[in-house]
Amino acid sequence: MLQDRRKDLLIALALIAPFVAIYALVFAYPTIQMFRISFTDAPLIGTGKWVGIANYTRLDNDPLFRRAVWNTLYFVALTVIPGTLIALLIALGVSRLAGRLQALVLALFFLPYILPVSVVYLIWDWTLNFQFGIAMHVLDWLGIPRVPVTKSRTWFMPAVAWVTIWWTAGFSILLFLAGMRAIPAEIYEAAELDNASRWTTFRRITWPLLRPVTALVLTIQLILQFKIFDQVYLFSIGGRPNDNMVLVYYIFNKAFQQNQGGRAAAVAVTLFVIIVVIAVLQFQLLRLAGRQRQ
Amino acid sequence: MTASRAQRWNLWAGMITAVTIVFAVIWAFPLYWAVVSSLKPEDEVVRPYIELWPETLTFQHYIHAVTATQIGTWYLNSIVVAVGVTVICVFTSMLCGYALSQMRFPGRTALWWIILASFMVPTQALIINHFELIADLGLVNTWAGIILPQLIHPVIIIVYKQFFDQVPRDFREAALMDNASEFGILFKVYLPMNWGVTTALSIVCFIWTWNAFLWPFLSVTRTEMMTVTVGITQVNDAFGVYYARELAAAVLAGLPVALAYLFFQRRVTEAITLSAGIKG
Repeated sequence: MLQDRRKDLLIALALIAPFVAIYALVFAYPTIQMFRISFTDAPLIGTGKWVGIANYTRLDNDPLFRRAVWNTLYFVALTVIPGTLIALLIALGVSRLAGRLQALVLALFFLPYILPVSVVYLIWDWTLNFQFGIAMHVLDWLGIPRVPVTKSRTWFMPAVAWVTIWWTAGFSILLFLAGMRAIPAEIYEAAELDNASRWTTFRRITWPLLRPVTALVLTIQLILQFKIFDQVYLFSIGGRPNDNMVLVYYIFNKAFQQNQGGRAAAVAVTLFVIIVVIAVLQFQLLRLAGRQRQ
Repeated sequence: MTASRAQRWNLWAGMITAVTIVFAVIWAFPLYWAVVSSLKPEDEVVRPYIELWPETLTFQHYIHAVTATQIGTWYLNSIVVAVGVTVICVFTSMLCGYALSQMRFPGRTALWWIILASFMVPTQALIINHFELIADLGLVNTWAGIILPQLIHPVIIIVYKQFFDQVPRDFREAALMDNASEFGILFKVYLPMNWGVTTALSIVCFIWTWNAFLWPFLSVTRTEMMTVTVGITQVNDAFGVYYARELAAAVLAGLPVALAYLFFQRRVTEAITLSAGIKG
């Protein structure tokens, strides 16, 4: 009997061992290293001298870091709530359709989400092309002068935010639709019997019952958009990356372009802490939502 | 009175439906436009007016991409990396999810919390130390170097555990009575009962890895080791810009994931909703 239990334990360990090994190597160890080198003046590869919290304190006077923080917050503001709203409206529209038509329309909205970011970039770089882009033809029709969107300091972030919303809305739409499907049809039938108007039905039934999903979508978006890099980097090729600096870009720039691993790690730790705080809040929200459903 | 009210309702409903459909078409239009542009000769692409269909349909840009660029090599790299990550990740997650769901061992609760917690950590913050790790192991510019840091998808373990939890315990007890080993139970009972979720998770894991940009971009410096999603943005023609060629390369890079989605639409959407923490 005792031997059986020892055997069981060995089997359990064998089952979790591959994951634990990978986890330790590419997750736990790099995370500890990140904190450690953020207190040193290490280059990208190799060791450095201990410098205490100097890497953190100097961030305060670094205009590039300030711009990165500001641009990241700006980008978050431009994407999270507008993107969630657009996804909600689309989901409301899609949920009214049925059968094959619904599958087709959903596929049209969802397809961008499935594509790699570099493909999305090339498609929109072409669509927004100053000379030949189809978006510029639309501006011409509307009588608005053309804008070199990705080269313009004013329009860069809104344009990248729009492309990001276009790219990621499919995911939020899916979550909203799942949330809507979970609302029992009887509630709507009862509302119809009471002659409730469309708006009342939405405001009194759909919206309150969708609140947990909305909270989930918002936090997922918030975490996702804080980590913005790919689109900003790609649209900045041949442009002015320093004007469009965001947090992950700053880490990349310091570590990989200026070979200052320690200073980059201090920013990585900052980002790490921000995301973990948001994620803990999200987790609590999810638990609350789960309790509500029961 | 009631009739006219019902009519108004129908009119409203019809309008919302129409707006949704029109909006969907506009939404997807850039995709269509990119594909159509890639099928036009270069001089047609830059015409100052809109042509919704090419005057002369041509595949020259695709032929150019396949014969004159390294896209074939990038494709191979992408396939090796995406299949590698998917197989290793889904397999190890399945084993771990099974142990967490069906077995009792010391540290089980701690492991579960560690997995839940790692859900929150942004891998973007780890790029410096991932690079250091890969460099120390001598894996820069190798398939293994691109694969290794992408192997952590805690959500796959979480989903597996949820599904294994739902299998009635009678199955396990009956199999144990028959003297089946744990591995036997997992592969002959639990896995066949959960083929659906295994396929779904494999497809999305493949899509995630195929689409990854930041890490493949950082861990590779030689053009012949790039994945296709990185390669198409890093290598431009030396002389001027060829829009249609770029778009043809983009279409080729997006095609496998777009097809995977269109073929397995239900599975993909199911797995993606599951990965957000919503049970389908």
